[in-house]
Amino acid sequence: MKYFKNLFYLTGKRLIDILDISGFTILLLLRALYFCKNAFSKRREIFKQMYIAGVKSFIVCSLVAIFIGMILSLQVGIELQRFQQQSLIGDLLITTMTREMGPLMTGIIIIASVGSAMAAEIGTMKVSEEIDALEMMSISPVKFLVMPRLIALAVMVPISTIYVIALGTIGGAIVAYFQLNVPYDIYYNRVVQAIRFKATYVGIFKSFIFGIIIAAISCSQGLKATNGALGVGKATRSTVVASFLMVLIVGYFITSFFYGK
Amino acid sequence: MIELIAIHKSFNGAKILNGVHFKIRKGETFVIIGQSGTGKTVTLRHIAGLTDPDSGEVLIEGVRMNGARNRVKEKLRKKMGIVFQSGALINWMSVRDNISLPLRENKLFSPDEIERITNEKLELLQLKDAADKMPADISGGMKKRASLARVLVINPDIILYDEPTSGLDPVMSEHINELIRRMQKDFDVTSIVVTHDMQSAYHIADRIAMLYRGEIVQCGTPDEIRNTENPIVKQFITGQVTGPIEVA
Repeated sequence: MKYFKNLFYLTGKRLIDILDISGFTILLLLRALYFCKNAFSKRREIFKQMYIAGVKSFIVCSLVAIFIGMILSLQVGIELQRFQQQSLIGDLLITTMTREMGPLMTGIIIIASVGSAMAAEIGTMKVSEEIDALEMMSISPVKFLVMPRLIALAVMVPISTIYVIALGTIGGAIVAYFQLNVPYDIYYNRVVQAIRFKATYVGIFKSFIFGIIIAAISCSQGLKATNGALGVGKATRSTVVASFLMVLIVGYFITSFFYGK
Repeated sequence: MIELIAIHKSFNGAKILNGVHFKIRKGETFVIIGQSGTGKTVTLRHIAGLTDPDSGEVLIEGVRMNGARNRVKEKLRKKMGIVFQSGALINWMSVRDNISLPLRENKLFSPDEIERITNEKLELLQLKDAADKMPADISGGMKKRASLARVLVINPDIILYDEPTSGLDPVMSEHINELIRRMQKDFDVTSIVVTHDMQSAYHIADRIAMLYRGEIVQCGTPDEIRNTENPIVKQFITGQVTGPIEVA
């Protein structure tokens, strides 16, 4: 009986915690969107955050993009080769990359490299009373910290997605040429013919939403951090888990909205 | 000017403040002493509106701080500054940028005027050589002085100090004590100081309050505290190991 009581207590507590942080994140996002009117005065901080999100994750984005393209090309190409249809590899690759893999892989890279660092940075500021100091100076932490990060990720995730798609396609071309004997010109022509406007704008829109989600979750987890280094670690871990889940869930609903019946 | 009425506060079931009640007059330097973990900093955070009590009221110039809307809190905070124990400097800004931050963000003066005021405070707190250093590259004492400089630039009516002299050498401690006194004498600033340092408390205080187990056990002038008959206060100010205060 005691075991069930504890189980109910812990489940209820966890549920309340989840509702609390979800509500806090939504309110934080709305407040950050409101403060976007002050974006010009925070342009230096926005560019700094764009540099961190874009340039600093450039190498990891490049490597992941190339290898994702190569893996996709190889896996699908082997199957297509069985039916002598390997020349279609370009169509499949660009469709997969623009519709799903580009935004999703970029989202995952940004969560791991930028979102976690963002949560750790803001969490450390919270536990070392820097956020309290800002409030005492009548400086809104949302305007000062959250809004620039939100704008930076909303801009940089789509840009990184385009880069990941482009590089993934190149990676696919390398495998198509060396392993599947598909000449570059055929691959290139198939890719160009298969690019669809809808797939492109849905992919970019998806990555724009992912950027907003990652920034909002990272900042809210950071701002909720307590208990010193332990709390910062917990905030970082929660950021990665929650952002990853939200990117998958929201990604599905966006796909369903644009492509579902 | 500042009044705390029957403040109760618990964290995770542990009672930290148990009916704290005191009134601070305008221009007074009020020192709160007590053991670590008795709720001195929590009391300071209630006055700053950074923590809300479970019950009770915090009044700043007659306006209720706890539970107030953000706009009201912001208005009240424009008149006050807090020197945090750790300094709480923004870690990715230089000392100079930290000090000028409230002026720049709230657009209180022109850029030239901001630079002049910042240089004046850097000079006052002997931080000129550290002006362009990052918080990670300066000592704890320097961080505390930079934090004080950041408060002084806005010319507040109320300054809250959380252990302002801990970690400072005796000369610098004395300099900070003098500064607290001067702020009161020259600008009629109300100061609330949380400290363990009894020398500093006697030097700067108009009144001293001792907090023990979440309650104010005595409040009086430095002379009254020095000559107290209260066994808890007596043990604390003389630093004896035996007595009613249990050493955890």
